[in-house]
Amino acid sequence: MSTLLSTDLILPAAVAFIIGYGVMKKTDVFSVFTEGAKEGLRSAAAVLPALCFLMTGVGMMRESGMLEAIIGFIKPFSDKIGFPEEVLPLAFLRPFSGSGALGFYEELCKNLPPDSFSARVASVLMGGSETTFYTVAVYYGAIGIKNGRNTVPAALLADVSAAIFSVLAVNLFLR
Amino acid sequence: MGIFFLAAAVLSIIFGLLSGNMSGVSSAVLEESGHAAELSLRLLGSLCFWSGLMEVAKKSGLVEKLCFLLKPLLSLVFPALRNEKAALGAISMNVAANMLGLGNAATPFGISAMKELHKISGFGKSATKEMVCFVVMNTASLQLLPTTVAFLRSEAGSKEPLDILPAVWFVSACSLLLGIFAAKITFPKGEEK
Repeated sequence: MSTLLSTDLILPAAVAFIIGYGVMKKTDVFSVFTEGAKEGLRSAAAVLPALCFLMTGVGMMRESGMLEAIIGFIKPFSDKIGFPEEVLPLAFLRPFSGSGALGFYEELCKNLPPDSFSARVASVLMGGSETTFYTVAVYYGAIGIKNGRNTVPAALLADVSAAIFSVLAVNLFLR
Repeated sequence: MGIFFLAAAVLSIIFGLLSGNMSGVSSAVLEESGHAAELSLRLLGSLCFWSGLMEVAKKSGLVEKLCFLLKPLLSLVFPALRNEKAALGAISMNVAANMLGLGNAATPFGISAMKELHKISGFGKSATKEMVCFVVMNTASLQLLPTTVAFLRSEAGSKEPLDILPAVWFVSACSLLLGIFAAKITFPKGEEK
């Protein structure tokens, strides 16, 4: 079951499928591949400046202890909807830092019983959301868009709702 | 983005002084751009690899097939792209990779979708409605099987690591719909480009 579902199988299978389909359709797979890969080279170079900008800002905020201060402020509200206190940092890390959120989640998994309410809320939140700011920086950075319009507010609204819905969903489906 | 950085810097100084960790804040200034370089270097390889595969899938007609399958769904979110084959194709590949949980592949596909959308907009400097919807879609999770989370849960001794699935789908779907809805109704009118 677990190996069947794992990325370890899906990933190689997807690669084999795409290449296999190309060979079947008599595409010149290798030269087409290298042609496309060149485009990837250009994208990576375009992304770096945006990432420098974003990651420095996020890194400064992370080190400043701002997270703890925000959590103290937000706690009375999150308690009202029954959001578990120990998962609160995860909800704030998630949109900003993929590796930070994953590290925090791994730590939670070790310290909480895996089938407890809090661990489940954390898991649902991890599975049901993405690293918002990274995505925004990479996607707009790659094509040199300066003005993202309403992207960040809309994406953050989705993140906040994901946190609230996580509590709701665990209560709804796993009680 | 400029405002974001200013806010980040000012807030970091205030909170850094309050918490007494100014040295951490200043080393973040020195080190984070190095981390960004490491990350994009790591991204460089997978960008090349998946962009190459994308080209193969495009030339062999696989993208067109996938596009056909996802079209009913995508034309709801992107009605204006109905006749934009290249953009819809790249978006389809991105959505498929996201659903399968292939994050490394989804990003390169997403970037090529952004390039197509940029072309359609006439290479403007501001995001179009389609770009906003597409990016918001990618900031929410489309993954059907959260494999990393399931793996960590089973490592931690969970009896049924996948029992969270219905809840994950519910959360993904709700936040995705809400995000796209918000992106659409709050998109500034009039001043296109």
